[in-house]
This record gives sequence, structure tokens and C-alpha cells, in this order.
Amino acid sequence: QEAAKYEKKVMVLDFVTPTPLGNSWGLGGTCVNVGCIPKKLMHQAALLGQALQDSRKFGWQFTEEVEHNWMTMTESVQNYIGSLNWGYRVALREKKVTYENAYGEFVGPHTVKATNKRGVEKLYTAERFLIATGERPRYLGIPGDKEYCISSDDLFSLPYCPGKTLVVGASYVALECAGFLAGLGLDVTIMVRSILLRGFDQDIANKIGEYMEEHGINFIREFVPIKVEQIEEGTPGRLKVIAKSTKGNQIIEGEYNTVLLAIGRDACTRKIGLDKVGVKINEKTGKIPVNDEEQTNVPYIYAVGDILQDKLELTPVAIQAGRLLVQRLYAGATSKCDYVNVPTTVFTPLEYGACGYSEEAAVEKFGEENIEVYHSNFWPLEWTVPSRDNNKCYAKIICNIQDNERVIGFHVLGPNAGEVTQGFAAAIKCGMTKEQLDSTIGIHPVCAEV
Amino acid sequence: GKNEYDLLVIGGGSGGLACAKEAAQFGRQVAVLDYVEPSPQGTKWGLGGTCVNVGCIPKKLMHQAALLGSALKDAQHYGWNIAQPVHHTWSVMAQAVQNYVKSLNWGHRVQLQDKKVKYFNMKGSFSDPHTVRGLTKGGKETIVTAENIVIATGGRPKYPMHIAGALEYGITSDDLFWLKESPGKTLLVYYPFILHLYEIIVYISLTDASPDVSLECAGFLTGIGLDTTVMMRSIPLRGFDQQMASLVTEHMESYGTKFLKRCFPTKVEKLESNRLQVTWKNTDLGTEETDSFDTVMWAVGRAPDTETLNLETVGVKTNSETGKIIVDASEATSVPHIYAVGDITEGRPELTPTAIAAGKLLAQRLFGQSSELMDYDNVPTTVFTPLEYGCVGLSEEAAVQCYGSDNIEVYHAYYKPLEFTVAERDATQCYVKMVCLRERAQRILGLHFIGPNAGEVIQGFALGIKCGATYPQLMKTVGIHPTCAEEITKLHITKRSGLDATVTGC
Repeated sequence: QEAAKYEKKVMVLDFVTPTPLGNSWGLGGTCVNVGCIPKKLMHQAALLGQALQDSRKFGWQFTEEVEHNWMTMTESVQNYIGSLNWGYRVALREKKVTYENAYGEFVGPHTVKATNKRGVEKLYTAERFLIATGERPRYLGIPGDKEYCISSDDLFSLPYCPGKTLVVGASYVALECAGFLAGLGLDVTIMVRSILLRGFDQDIANKIGEYMEEHGINFIREFVPIKVEQIEEGTPGRLKVIAKSTKGNQIIEGEYNTVLLAIGRDACTRKIGLDKVGVKINEKTGKIPVNDEEQTNVPYIYAVGDILQDKLELTPVAIQAGRLLVQRLYAGATSKCDYVNVPTTVFTPLEYGACGYSEEAAVEKFGEENIEVYHSNFWPLEWTVPSRDNNKCYAKIICNIQDNERVIGFHVLGPNAGEVTQGFAAAIKCGMTKEQLDSTIGIHPVCAEV
Repeated sequence: GKNEYDLLVIGGGSGGLACAKEAAQFGRQVAVLDYVEPSPQGTKWGLGGTCVNVGCIPKKLMHQAALLGSALKDAQHYGWNIAQPVHHTWSVMAQAVQNYVKSLNWGHRVQLQDKKVKYFNMKGSFSDPHTVRGLTKGGKETIVTAENIVIATGGRPKYPMHIAGALEYGITSDDLFWLKESPGKTLLVYYPFILHLYEIIVYISLTDASPDVSLECAGFLTGIGLDTTVMMRSIPLRGFDQQMASLVTEHMESYGTKFLKRCFPTKVEKLESNRLQVTWKNTDLGTEETDSFDTVMWAVGRAPDTETLNLETVGVKTNSETGKIIVDASEATSVPHIYAVGDITEGRPELTPTAIAAGKLLAQRLFGQSSELMDYDNVPTTVFTPLEYGCVGLSEEAAVQCYGSDNIEVYHAYYKPLEFTVAERDATQCYVKMVCLRERAQRILGLHFIGPNAGEVIQGFALGIKCGATYPQLMKTVGIHPTCAEEITKLHITKRSGLDATVTGC
């Protein structure tokens, strides 16, 4: 859309290869269809379940146990996503960007072949190309995985309630999905091979796990599934999962209605003809290395988003990188995408917002003696009346002693963590120090004032 | 003779307690006097001051109760099978809130004890610059002497004494949070900063304005299902950015709060049914109108609590118009060794966090080795109306006045919170604007946000502004997706351009 502003002739090829179970979706990519958007809406549904419980203590009266209807929620969510798909198509049309719902692959220099759903092929040439094909969920490679398991690609449009669910994985996708499924009243188990939220601050990752466990989610640690069998067909059916310990020979079995795999994502770069034009990819991960201007080793081919090597897999980063790239190419701008101090939020039942270094990373980079960690538990005011956990919410900042106690890491665990973290990320970008933080007056009473 | 205490604090509220506890950390002998004169309706409360007992805390909890009411409606769209409409019981909420407040009163007493601060539940008045006479409810007297004295007695709601029946039949925010029974059909009469002797509205051009508990009360009363009307003579949220103020009240109107604009009451009478009949003048139509209510709440401003302190005896100067104590940048009054913090001081925002910070810094200057003064610039605040409004820095009007409209740039956007989509909620007033200097660096002068969790959103940005944040720096900050706060990092339409500021899509 940005390129079209500069009166360039632009085409977008978008195609969704259906999931093993046959699921597909419209224009907009992972975030809109099977990522951030449906995830946050279902997380919100789970939060509302908690709000229902709280509201009784605040004087609202309803006697019955309130049940949740999966289909009502999923239909509303899918309708909203449909409106976004439509909105994108309209936006592209208005900006005179040519859109084709076809699978694109390179066939030679400056040439791409587009194959649509019906198998009709067309060839297109362009001066420049941008690869932004993103990723798809990884499968385990064990018997029964593709036949019986679902992934996040299927979950958000599942036409039946998943029931008793086993979530395999310890990524934020795994924890967020397990979190909202439990919040909607389902029996949820998470099977974790080793640690939670690899790459995130581990002190906080453990607090998140603890909170989830205390709130009814079962954890099976240090096991991996080796086989999935179907006991009974149905919507949902019944599945048997056989798992092996990572520490010995112990084998366990369990029965679930649904098995959700969330063990990672693979870049969609292996089947788009990159070898035909000489674009180098990391053979192991499939990701594309680029320079700091998002350019691949082939000068007229660029890449942005989840497929980039060593960059963050986040929507706002992809958007910013894409926009700035185009401004550099067509508007003479020089700004590069700033990948430092990018804030994120994990929307687990107890939300986690972060910006900058984790405590481990800070210790590694600067040395333990050169950092100071300030921390505090807090009790959100809104949790007092309904007597919710009084020492689970937590905030910590990590400061670089040698640089005027500059804040290099910000972590908050509590409600609305995303809203809280955003502003602090801006302040970190301005080089905020501990002293400045101390001298800023808190808004009262909110969680962020801690 | 030697003074008994190093520090005596008169007033056990946000400012007073913070100061006392901080001083005690330095190993000083500290005493606190706290006393609550019952309201005309007889309401009284424990240690902790306005915020804890009749301000921020109960207000936010009742606001939360109202928000939960909306959540219950949303929940149906998200698949929760709950029969509508759901009813609210005031007494369940009030008791829960009051119990929590009492636990805070208790907590404060324990804290003072732990920190070896002597606490007197007495009303203080000056005998001389180092001597205060404390009087208990029963009339018992104690004399306390101290090297340094801090006055932190705060303020109390005013009554419009010229309106017949106002005192006998009306309540204020002092009473609302302690009602055991539902207030029922309520009229809130709202005049910011009116002098009760003359019907002149005093314009106070503050760059920091203090939130009005009144609109917030009207908001949550509506939210829990009560028939609520706000009567205003002129504009709401005076001192705040007026565009934002009107979005806030517009939302309240669509939310169900009734507004009687450009009206003022002339008398309140009690009916046989025990209901209250209010008569008022409608200045637009030039007519007189009446209606009956169960409760009438006055929100006509707060008066500093200095009357019984005997300030004239020791020569502490007050502002002749407002009655507030005049202090310098170090919180010192006109009398050496006598200081003042919090709502009682002239020219300061009436906010808990500023009182706390000022109190702490004062103690650090008196007893620690610090020379750090309180910085009252860029204090963020939030108005907890049904659709919350958070802000920091200058309003658009103040910026224009200060720098001229040619020298400022205003970026703005109308956005829709993701959670409103499935819930089918109206997001017409969800809006954010940033006022910047127009010159190259584009330093941010003010940030204004209306939407859910406004306080959480604004807090971090307030920090950024304290660090001198500029528009380009904010634009380099990557957004967190999906949140409302990220809209701030995406602002790019200026008011000057005249373009449509509605955010579309991802």
C-alpha cells in the first residue's frame, strides 16, 4: 500500500495453502486470520469469563453457573475477520494495487509464476520483488500428527468446541491458546519438552507458568509425544496420545478430544523458487538473511516479516519494515527499521509486557555487577474486592549502572500489560533513566503507576 | 524547652502519611494528627485521607463495578450464556468497597506503628509556630510540640449555601461512597470552582487540572443502572482540553447519563414521600423547572480545610480567594519550619501521587541530605468516566496560547478498540491526540487519550514526555499489537491537513 502512494505499479500475490485438515482463509496474513486478532478476541472472551466471576462481588446478580458457547464466539470472531479480509481487498483496490489470489514462485530473473486455486498459471515480471510469505505451524513428524492434530491455523475457526485439549509446546502461542481455552471452561493440559517461553525472561516465564497452574491448567513437563491415535471419530473425537520422557524411558498415555500443536513455525521459503533466482536462505531454518535495508543477496529482491533471519516475528515490526523500505526505495528516505527495544506482550491469562533486555540477557551482556534490578509485586485495585491473587502481579526494570542507570529492560506481569508497556517502550526509546522514572508522577490508582 | 518531635504532620492523608513515614525512615521522632470532622450528613471515616476513604479508591472500585456491567453485556457476544438484563445491588458493592477501605485504614495504622510514628486521632490547631493543640472527639486536649510542622489537611466538598435546602437535604462525595442503601434516582449538581457568595465562575487556567469526581460518580451510577442526571451551569472539566472534555460527556450521554445543560438550581425541598424536589432555572429557555429525585449530590468544588487550624495566630499566609496555603517550591509556608503539602497548597494539582511525592521529597530535604525539589510539570492524570480519559502535558488550547497555533502541530486519530468489535460497542468517542511543537525536533507538549484503560496507556508515555520525547522518537517506537496504546505510535494525520483521522485496518 505504501508503494502505491508513490504511483508505482504494484501487484500483490497472496495464497493460503490449506492446512492438513483443509482449513484456509482470506487476505491479510497470519496476524489477521490465525494470529494476533483472533487470539486477542478469544483471550478477551476468557477475560470476560473472569469478569463475570468478579462482577458478583461488585454487586451484580445472577445465580446460574454461566456456560460458554464456543460456536457463538467463533462465529463472531470469524465474521470480524471476514470484514478485515474484505477491508484489505477494498483498500488495495482503492490504492490501485493489483491483487491476485495465486501462489507465487520465481521461475527466472525478474519473473514470477502465479498459480491460482484452479491451477491456471500466469507469468509476471517486475523491476523489484518483496518476499513476505511468512510462516506456518510446524508439525512433530510423528505418526498421527497431520491426520489428527490441529494447529493455530485451525483453532480459531474450529467448527466445534475443542473439549478436553492437550496443547503441545511452550511457546507464547501454546501458552496463550492454552490460557484462553482454560478461561472458557475447558480442561486443558500443556505438554512441555523443557522450558517455557524460550528467549523470554525466565524468571517471568516461570511466574506465568505458576499462575496458569494455580488456575487449573495441567502441566506435563519434560515429555514429548511420540504417537497420536484416534480412538473415536467425532466433532470433537477422542484421541490417544503416547508420550516419552526426555529424561529416561518412561512412557505415558493420555486421552483428549483435541491435540493442538504449537511447537514452532517454519518459514515459507522452500517452495517459492528462490534457488532459480539465487536468493540464499539459511538451509537449517529456512529464513532469509538480509542486510539492514531488508535486501537479500540478490539486489532487486527484498524481504520483510517473519521470514527474516535474526529479526522479530511481530506484526508491527513487519509493517514498519515494509513501510520504511518502500520510503527508502521510492521517496528518497533514509530511515531504517529500528529493531532495538521493540516491545512485545504475551497475552496469557496473566499478561506479560516487555521491552528491552531480559534479566539473563542483561547479565550476559553487561555483567551482573553492572546492572541493577528494581522490582515489586503489586495488587491491582480491581482485584481487591473480588479477592483475587494478591501477590502475583509483578513489575521489574533492569538498569545499566555504568550508563547513568539507564533503563535497559522493562517487564510487567499483570492486567492490560500491553497498554502499560507501550508508553514505557516509547520512554526507553528516549533513553529513560531510573532517576527520570522515579521523578515521574504516577496516575492513581492504576497498575502502571507501580 | 526542647520540642517533643522532629516532625509533626497535621493530616493523615496521602501527603501527610507519605511525609511522616519517609521522615521516620531517617530515625526521626515523628507524630501524625488525623481527624475527620463528620460531614453535614454525619458521615465519617478512618485514617488515610480523602483518596483512601472518599476519593480515588472507592471511586475507582465503583467505576470498576460499572465497567463490569458493560463487560456482562459484552460477554454475551463472546459466547457467554448470561440472561440479560442483569441487576445490580448497591449494598453488596458498597459493603465490599467499604470493607476494603477499612482494611486500608487498618493497614495505615499498622504501618505507622511499624515505623514508630506516633498517631493521634485528634483535631489540631496552632498555639504557636512550634506548638499544636490536639483535641479528641470527647474534648480531651493534648499539646504537641515539634521542630518542624507539615500541614496536610486537604480539603472537603463545598455546599452551595445560597440554595435553600442544600445543606439539609443534599449529600456530597463525602457521603456517596458510604451510603448503605442505593442513592436511587440521583441528581448531581456540578459547578466547577464557583464562589459561593457570588455567582461568578472563577476561571482557573491551570496547565494541570484536577479530575472531577462528580462526572466520574455520575458515570458509575449510570453504569450500575441508576437514573442519573448531571446539572451543569457551564462547561464540564474546566481546565482540561475542551475537545476531550466534550468527547467524554458525549459518551456519557450516549451511555445513558442525562445532562441538564446551562441550568442552575434555586431550591431543594423535601416531599412527603421523602423524595427531594429540586427547582432550577434553565438559562437557555429562561424558564423554571422542577423534578423529584431520591438523592441530590453537590459537586461544586472543594474548600481547603484550614478553618480550625488557627493559621492567623502563627501567620501562615493563605490565598485570599481560594483559602489555600501559599507555599514556595520547597513546600515552605510564610512561617519558618512550617510546611504544607497536598490539596491544601495553592497552585498545585489536587492529586494523590503529587501529594505523596511532594511529602516524600520534603522529608528527604528536611532529614536526608537531599535538595531535590518536587517537579509539578507534566503530571499525568486520568478521569475515570465510563469511557476513560488520560492525559499528560498541555491541552491544545494551552499550547496554542503558549506558542501560537502556527507553531504547534496536532496529530490525531479516531480508533476502535479490538475488543469493541465483537461486542458491537460504539467507539465514536475513542480518540487520541498529540500536541507537538512544529519546529524540527517536534517535542511533544501534550498527549490526550480517550478509551479503555486510559490510565494504563498514558503512564508510560508520561515518562517519555519527562525525557523530552519527540514525535519522531515516538514514531520509531514499534507498536504492541493488538492494543489501544499502539495507536499513539501510529499517529500521522494532522489537524492542519484536514484529512479524515479515522484509523482503518491493521
